[in-house]
Amino acid sequence: MQISQIFRSSIGKKLLLAITGLSWAGFAVGHFIGNTTLLLKDPTPFNKYAHFLSGLGGALILVELILAASLLVHLFFAIKVTLENRKARPVKYAVSKSAGRESKKGFATSTMIYTGILLIIFLVLHITHFKFGAVYMTTVDGNQIRDLYKTVYEFYADPINTAYYVIMMILLGTHLSHGVWSAFQSLGLNGNRFTPFIYKVGFLVAVIVSVGFIAIPIYIHFTGGAV
Amino acid sequence: MEKLINLTLKIWRQKNAKSSGKMVEYHVKDVSTEMSFLEMLDVLNEDLSLKGDDPVEFDSDCREGICGTCGVVINGIAHGEQKATTVCQLHMRHFKDGETITIEPWRARAFPVIKDLVVDRKAFDRIMASGGYISIKTGSAAEANSILIPKEDSDLAMDMAACIGCGACVASCPNASASLFVGAKISQLSLLPQGKIEAKQRAENMVAQMDAEMFGACTNIQECEAVCPKEISISGIARMRREYFKAAVK
Repeated sequence: MQISQIFRSSIGKKLLLAITGLSWAGFAVGHFIGNTTLLLKDPTPFNKYAHFLSGLGGALILVELILAASLLVHLFFAIKVTLENRKARPVKYAVSKSAGRESKKGFATSTMIYTGILLIIFLVLHITHFKFGAVYMTTVDGNQIRDLYKTVYEFYADPINTAYYVIMMILLGTHLSHGVWSAFQSLGLNGNRFTPFIYKVGFLVAVIVSVGFIAIPIYIHFTGGAV
Repeated sequence: MEKLINLTLKIWRQKNAKSSGKMVEYHVKDVSTEMSFLEMLDVLNEDLSLKGDDPVEFDSDCREGICGTCGVVINGIAHGEQKATTVCQLHMRHFKDGETITIEPWRARAFPVIKDLVVDRKAFDRIMASGGYISIKTGSAAEANSILIPKEDSDLAMDMAACIGCGACVASCPNASASLFVGAKISQLSLLPQGKIEAKQRAENMVAQMDAEMFGACTNIQECEAVCPKEISISGIARMRREYFKAAVK
């Protein structure tokens, strides 16, 4: 089989969606864990963490490039697969229902393309809000480092910013609730014990990451928004 | 207890493959709850014929739930609401007096409507022809213990071989994907020694043919498993993917 044939096949396209999707799901989990330091009253741990990351230099750029490439591949094949799948049923049903039982047909499964596109737009805005957002400096251990903590607290003082993030994180949870387990199934990883387990793990990841990412801006908005 | 019920049917009528169809409403009276769904349609067709109208065309053969010929979408669900049931084994006792039932053909680009509720499922035949068989000579029946097959494997192969090729998986899939069908066919052979010899070529060819027929890609929604009259698990789809990846790296 030609390598190019694999990625033209329905199975190969879903393989790429799975790998790139999982890399982003993994990133979301790591990002959330790091951001829990925002809940501390002391800005130093968060600022030191941000300073450490930006100080990684080449390694950071490599990770950023991998994530950016993953995202573009994910977006490209998601749009391609969605359009092809729509063409596969040119005449719609007058009545369409789910049989229930094992089926996972529902809001999350039928909106992956929409939640995904909204999340990519969010991502671009998110980077401009913080990475390229307002820059303040602070002194930690005698060194001048960026006070990203202040940028974040200032940003979430605005109720509209907070509301937008909350809505987007609900969409992230929705996307992950189908995406994580589905990625493993697309990789061909299925088993009597494994599949129910990974479905629960995927759902749990979705709930923890989205609830966590919702809690941070809400907490900041109502407790320290005036910083 | 037999009851007689009256029903309103909304049925897709389409003269031929080229014409555009539409939903047409019919009223059927005194339908016995002991009847199967297809017998109810037979009664409707008898009425239509007596009136000089064109009877509603639908596929059926064994009417025992084992041949895979019948299949329509009833109220939005392939083969209707009953679990593990083909349309021919669906009985009218599951419907209420005065109910309106919507009946549509399988909808997929790869399954064009021929007439009314009959669709052309030759795409499945072409997928089978591309590799859904064993071409090597296996000789006469071997001594039973010379090649040992784990019980789990033979059971699983049998589960996958239960596929009757009705096409409900395609009909119910939001993407009109044929992955459950192809997954079952690839799995049933890849689990057994006779099928393993050509496993890689089979996976490559059957998947290529599935895509060429313009079925959609599987996005793991599992609606297919929920409607499958033979309750075939999407573990077959995962196995198809593994077989395909094995073929890809050979």
